[in-house]
Amino acid sequence: MTTRTTARLAFGALAVNRVRTALAMLGVVIGVGAVITMMSVGGGAQARVEEQIRSLGSNLIIVLSGSITASGVRLGSGSQLTVTEDDARAITHEIDAVQVAAPAVRAGAQIIAGNANWSTSVLGVTPEFLDAREWDVGVGRPLIQTDVDGATKVALLGATVADNLFGDVDPVGQEIRIHRVPLIVVGVLARKGQTTQGQDQDDAVVIPISTAKKKVLGTVAANVRAVNVIMVKARDPASVPAALEQIRTLLRQRHHLSAGQDDDFTLRNLAALVQSQEAASRVLSLLLAAIASVSLVVGGIGIMNIMLVSVTERTREIGLRRAVGARRNDILAQFLTEALTISLAGGVIGMAVGAIGSWAIGYFAGWPAPIQARAVLPAFGFAAAVGVFFGFYPARKASRLNPIDALRYE
Amino acid sequence: MVQPIIETEALTKDYPVGDHVVHALRDVSVRIDRGEMVAIMGPSGSGKSTFMAVLGCLDVPTSGHYRLEGRDVSSLDDDALAGVRNAKIGFVFQQFNLLPRMSAVMNVELPLLYGDTPPATRRARAAAQLDAVGLSARADHSPSQLSGGQQQRVAIARALVNDPVLFLADEPTGNLDTRTSIEIMTLLRALNARGITVVLVTHEPDVARFARRILRFRDGELIDDERVAEAAEAHAPDAPPVPSRVVVPAALAVPA
Repeated sequence: MTTRTTARLAFGALAVNRVRTALAMLGVVIGVGAVITMMSVGGGAQARVEEQIRSLGSNLIIVLSGSITASGVRLGSGSQLTVTEDDARAITHEIDAVQVAAPAVRAGAQIIAGNANWSTSVLGVTPEFLDAREWDVGVGRPLIQTDVDGATKVALLGATVADNLFGDVDPVGQEIRIHRVPLIVVGVLARKGQTTQGQDQDDAVVIPISTAKKKVLGTVAANVRAVNVIMVKARDPASVPAALEQIRTLLRQRHHLSAGQDDDFTLRNLAALVQSQEAASRVLSLLLAAIASVSLVVGGIGIMNIMLVSVTERTREIGLRRAVGARRNDILAQFLTEALTISLAGGVIGMAVGAIGSWAIGYFAGWPAPIQARAVLPAFGFAAAVGVFFGFYPARKASRLNPIDALRYE
Repeated sequence: MVQPIIETEALTKDYPVGDHVVHALRDVSVRIDRGEMVAIMGPSGSGKSTFMAVLGCLDVPTSGHYRLEGRDVSSLDDDALAGVRNAKIGFVFQQFNLLPRMSAVMNVELPLLYGDTPPATRRARAAAQLDAVGLSARADHSPSQLSGGQQQRVAIARALVNDPVLFLADEPTGNLDTRTSIEIMTLLRALNARGITVVLVTHEPDVARFARRILRFRDGELIDDERVAEAAEAHAPDAPPVPSRVVVPAALAVPA
């Protein structure tokens, strides 16, 4: 018997009990739809984390002065900062795994512009800083070496600061004052969003490091070259661990620390932290898909149930077909094709339902749920496998019927 | 010499039922030649249905041999038996056994689906066969739209569509009124006249009279093999000729 004939038989048989067929199909529709929607939700969560990694600077290593993280307190108290601009230069030049190292001083300050004011953190940096943080300038120009060399009174505003001080007015060319020092805004940084900890990265003002030290924030008497932090960008994510190790070795050497002494600096790799969150979100999306798969299996059991009923109802038909020459495999193929037709049709409809569900979650819940192309084929394949798996037992039962008993079945 | 189409040799069929064994057939040996029309009679439980099932290759004997057209089919496997049923045997049942969701012509076409017939010629063959039983006007009707006699004629067309060498009918008139029964039996006689070997099971003597030979079963044994000199004519079913006994071959004779 040809495949086409078998398929036509299956369609005919399924068309007889439309409601029943549709209900059996519904289980698979819900299953496939759920798998695709859940994968989309999980994918959305992952995309969000990946975006955070990008906004942090994917290969970013942070070198903090001292062994505590509240560096602003130490600066305020005037205690010694342990890392310097020269450390940053050494890291850039001596470590291959590092692309660029940018020193920065920072402090909290009240910014005044006209009659508006805003409390934010001020970062004194070199031009390399924006490169290390992978931070673009939205409007205006970035810092240049001349600014640092001449300690010019210029500032770049984070998007949040710009919003709060100037609202709809273009800040470029406007004047702001920090600690009574007037500075000209030369640019506004592109919006970077929040960190995974909910910290607003755009709530900052960036000025030349020399300006910060000499005119705005002041310096530490013991070492004018000292900085709070060095932002280091490794060449690629794979070289981050090597860079971390080499930076530690280099700084210990430069700071003349003996073998037993603790580090007088702290190395942080924020990307690693976020990467662990990414791993967690991946587990979450797998978990969601696994739970959704359960409904697909339940849908398969629905198919099996319907097929068993169908085999019992059509016992006489099976007997008759056997009497006129159908082999066991012909009967097996006929019923297996019916089960497969239900599950494949359910799979196709389920894909549409999954697409609509993903869109609806994105639209109504505000949660980005892009449809995962890699989820569609496996979900469909799984639906087909469910059809074969749960269709096989009823089909086999049908093919094993004794023709005489089947013909006499009432 | 007439070629035997059916030859059974000491056929037995045992069914285990609980602790004991039911002997549905005991040592049945019979020969049916090509072109014969044979009726099988007997009370229920006599083994006639089991015998038909074995003749129709729906069942295999516990022991003994069954040769169909000289080929021993008593030890074939399931698939081979399905092939024999498809190519050599046409079945008609008391319940008609038409598939309710299919049109008459699709029902007739059914055996062709399981054979070697090219798809393109199936429908034409089925239609021609339906025409041969006088139902071409009803080809697209579903079984529920047909009378009992028409349904049985569709079933007969289905049995004939593969040009079988053996036509088996299990109580073909059991669900029909007398007038329709005569129509159906007349049709079977006409088939037989065309050279098709017909074997039918019945418990109605009026129907059996259409046959030229009557085999009687009791308790799984063949107890009587009667040859009717002149079969009943379709137009005179109420005045059947008196059957005359013929001598039963010693090997087949069973003491009554």
